[in-house]
Amino acid sequence: MSKEMENLKSEIIRSSGVNPKKCMRCGKCTGTCPAFDEMEYHPHQFVYMVESGDIEPLLNSKSLYKCLTCFACVDRCPRGVEPAKLVEAVRLSVIRKQGANHLKADDIPALLDDEMPQQAIVSALRKYSK
Amino acid sequence: MKKVAYFPGCTLKTKAKELDRYARKSAEALGFYLDEIENWQCCGGVFTTSRNEIATKLSSVRALADAQKKNQTLITVCSACHNVIKQTNHAMQTDEEFALKVNNYLGAGNEYDGKTKVLHYLEYLRDEVGFEEVAKKVVKPLTGKKIAAYYGCLLLRPNSVMAMDDPENPTIIENLIKALGGEAVVYPYRNECCGGYIALEDADSAKKKSTSVVASARSHGAEIIVTACPLCKYNLEKNNPEAKVVYFTDLLAEALGVKEDGNE
Ligand code: SF4
Ligand code: SF4
Repeated sequence: MSKEMENLKSEIIRSSGVNPKKCMRCGKCTGTCPAFDEMEYHPHQFVYMVESGDIEPLLNSKSLYKCLTCFACVDRCPRGVEPAKLVEAVRLSVIRKQGANHLKADDIPALLDDEMPQQAIVSALRKYSK
Repeated sequence: MKKVAYFPGCTLKTKAKELDRYARKSAEALGFYLDEIENWQCCGGVFTTSRNEIATKLSSVRALADAQKKNQTLITVCSACHNVIKQTNHAMQTDEEFALKVNNYLGAGNEYDGKTKVLHYLEYLRDEVGFEEVAKKVVKPLTGKKIAAYYGCLLLRPNSVMAMDDPENPTIIENLIKALGGEAVVYPYRNECCGGYIALEDADSAKKKSTSVVASARSHGAEIIVTACPLCKYNLEKNNPEAKVVYFTDLLAEALGVKEDGNE
């Protein structure tokens, strides 16, 4: 593992509070994930890819923005691993970089319709931008 | 009348005004008063789980600190505000390093000690008012109506923090429906996600999730779907125009006889 990836791994583990070593790779988190169809890397893959330092593919994957923050994987993991927190920490490590926002305020008007509640906009901005 | 601190949130002041209005009217009919926090700021809609996310949690902590000062329970009606504020409260109570950073940021005299109790309006009805008391105040029972509770994610998960109900077999909304004289329809998708904020940039993904929820409710005989979340309501309606989706406060106000237009 490169020094850079090692640093990133410890930062992700520290800020998420997740211990990926607890994972027994049962796949239950992925089985229950409502974003399964849209994700290229699934919650259990986030767990073992962070653990093995294979983080680069995650950084470049759209999967980061397909997670719905539904916490199903958190509640249904038999080992209390809380995969959603890792997905969040990886996503933050990307969007915190200058100019790396996934959603820009200027993009929003085109995405709206008359009924869409403010809640959708503030939530998307919180998840996709810094 | 007993006062509780109230955090309405951005959507209840705009697209979901009726959620706010009927929550207040019903509260007064039931003998408590929603005392709106002064100068509250938007909770941000979703909780950010990372421990080093400080700025995005300050609006919730300020609301918690305000309720603490007044020694009041803090009530929210919107599922999202509830989720964000309860998770923030939990972080302040259990993560010392995080709490220290937040309190340093807020400055002397504005610290929050983690003492505020946060309840969703539904929890307040169940635990403080009592559903039997609610039932006694019903003047227009929802007799014969087949109503499906839609919990989605935010009311129940993560269960270790929300601690509101059994996350896989919840009963709180069903018991409210029964107290109001309606018939509660139980169906498998009631605690699955509607797609949430993904609606903004991947409408197809939200559509898939929302149509599964509505199909599940209908196949079990539901005529009305009830929610506490403006974004759930949006997703379910947008993707199933024929479905009737209402806020729990609409049903409550109707049964208590405080709904202006009388009917539905
Ligand atoms: S459910 Fe938990 S233990 Fe099973 S694969 Fe997912 S993270 Fe690992
Ligand atoms: S929180 Fe994200 S990763 Fe976990 S089950 Fe929900 S959508 Fe999937």
